[in-house]
Amino acid sequence: MRLRKLADRAFTLACFASVLLVLAPLFSIVYTVASRGARALSITFITSLPAPVGEAGGGVANAIQGTVMLTLLSMGITLPIGVASGIYLAEYGRGRLADLVAVARDTLAGTPSIVAGVFSYMLIVSRWGFSALAGAVALSVLVIPVVSKATEEALKMVPREVKEAGLALGLRRWRVVAYILLKEAKAGILAGALLSMARVAGETAPLLFTSFGNQGYAGGFLDPCSALPLVIYVYATSPYEEWHTQAWGAALLLMLAVLSINLAVRRVVRG
Amino acid sequence: MKIEVKELSAWYGSHQVLRSVSMGIRENMITAIIGPSGCGKTTLLRCLNRMHELVDGARVEGEVLLDGENIYDPSVDPVEVRRRIGMVFQKPNPFPHMSIFDNVAIGLKLAGVRDKRKLREVVEDCLKKAALWDEVKDKLDQPGGRLSGGQQQRLCIARALATSPEVLLFDEPTSALDPISAMRIENLMLSLKREYTIVIVTHNIQQAARVSDYTAFLYRGVLVEYGETAVMFKTPRHKLTEEYLTGRFG
Repeated sequence: MRLRKLADRAFTLACFASVLLVLAPLFSIVYTVASRGARALSITFITSLPAPVGEAGGGVANAIQGTVMLTLLSMGITLPIGVASGIYLAEYGRGRLADLVAVARDTLAGTPSIVAGVFSYMLIVSRWGFSALAGAVALSVLVIPVVSKATEEALKMVPREVKEAGLALGLRRWRVVAYILLKEAKAGILAGALLSMARVAGETAPLLFTSFGNQGYAGGFLDPCSALPLVIYVYATSPYEEWHTQAWGAALLLMLAVLSINLAVRRVVRG
Repeated sequence: MKIEVKELSAWYGSHQVLRSVSMGIRENMITAIIGPSGCGKTTLLRCLNRMHELVDGARVEGEVLLDGENIYDPSVDPVEVRRRIGMVFQKPNPFPHMSIFDNVAIGLKLAGVRDKRKLREVVEDCLKKAALWDEVKDKLDQPGGRLSGGQQQRLCIARALATSPEVLLFDEPTSALDPISAMRIENLMLSLKREYTIVIVTHNIQQAARVSDYTAFLYRGVLVEYGETAVMFKTPRHKLTEEYLTGRFG
């Protein structure tokens, strides 16, 4: 009897300890970034371009512009392809081709991000030079599998009876998919899209030799552009104290953006 | 005859579920299909509006004539068949996130009806026919999934009525409902038969006796006996029918 209670207590304690172990690094990161980054944050930091080396002040407005551009552009590429392939696998795909597509997608999901960068480098940069578009393509390669899988799973969660109800009404299959099933699966798909947005906003490696970075604003999608993770990478590895502070500031901005996206996901999933 | 089934056989893969079933279904009557679990009654029903073939590996042989035209003819579009023959399922299956209004209107909307007034008329008319209007008229914009089970099933009936079918198929429509909701659905079927031809699958023998004009008894994919309900329940011709009706198996 006492042994049973003791074992129960020990197990509860072990669970609690593991939770702490998982949460401690997270809180440590959040605390460090927040306390160090807060010093760098100011209106100028968000609205002005970087100052020349050695001068105080300056900001990361170009990086914010770049990250927004990259995120929008890569979502523009990812969502149609990801959702369409998810629909194909959930509703139409049968036999060998479908198996092939599924395996290819799941392999792509495990691709290291730097490889996605190399892919985009060969496809786009080697012909047209560094650009936001090349960066967005690299990022899209990373998250198309995420959106595709989320779409497929969300569609498969819709009860079979709901689909049959649509078909029994004399609706064509594509209409059942487009107007009924997608509507029922909306929350799951949106959550997948938001998660991939958070991932895209935080990636550095694939951008190093695709969107490359830019000291000023990018004039368009075909110009090289900066991005918050790139700024963090470059500034943090520099020898200048002011740049280190700015890297913390950029990290804080990025963390806030990703955090708010994740909160949005929770709201969407809960409906 | 509204529908004539001619030597209809059906398979799931290599498993034969229906064996050369032939029967006529009369207009503006309720025809019940009864039989023990796994006898093929739901499959027979799903063959009448070409829903059977939607399952992977499912196959059909034979003919089903709707107003004299074979719905399995290669020139016939199954989508057209399903518009003329509506279906209500065992488990209430409204579109859960769609509003009550859209649940009923969706068939027409997607068929291209844009006229808002016309849509509203049809929705009200169908909800009244399904005896649901008074309960939902003030919350038409709420999701269909929030109604009770019995209400959901009546919503599904209204949805099936909206595309103005000629035949309604009911697949054990009350087996997931409480007795009072079940009774309302039965009464509803009795009032609907003036305008529609109805086929109902049920494992509830009393229900078949209460609502149907004709009854078909199916056993292991074979149509054992078919005739007027009143006659068949009083004087079944086959021993098997008698045993099933008196509850000796099933």
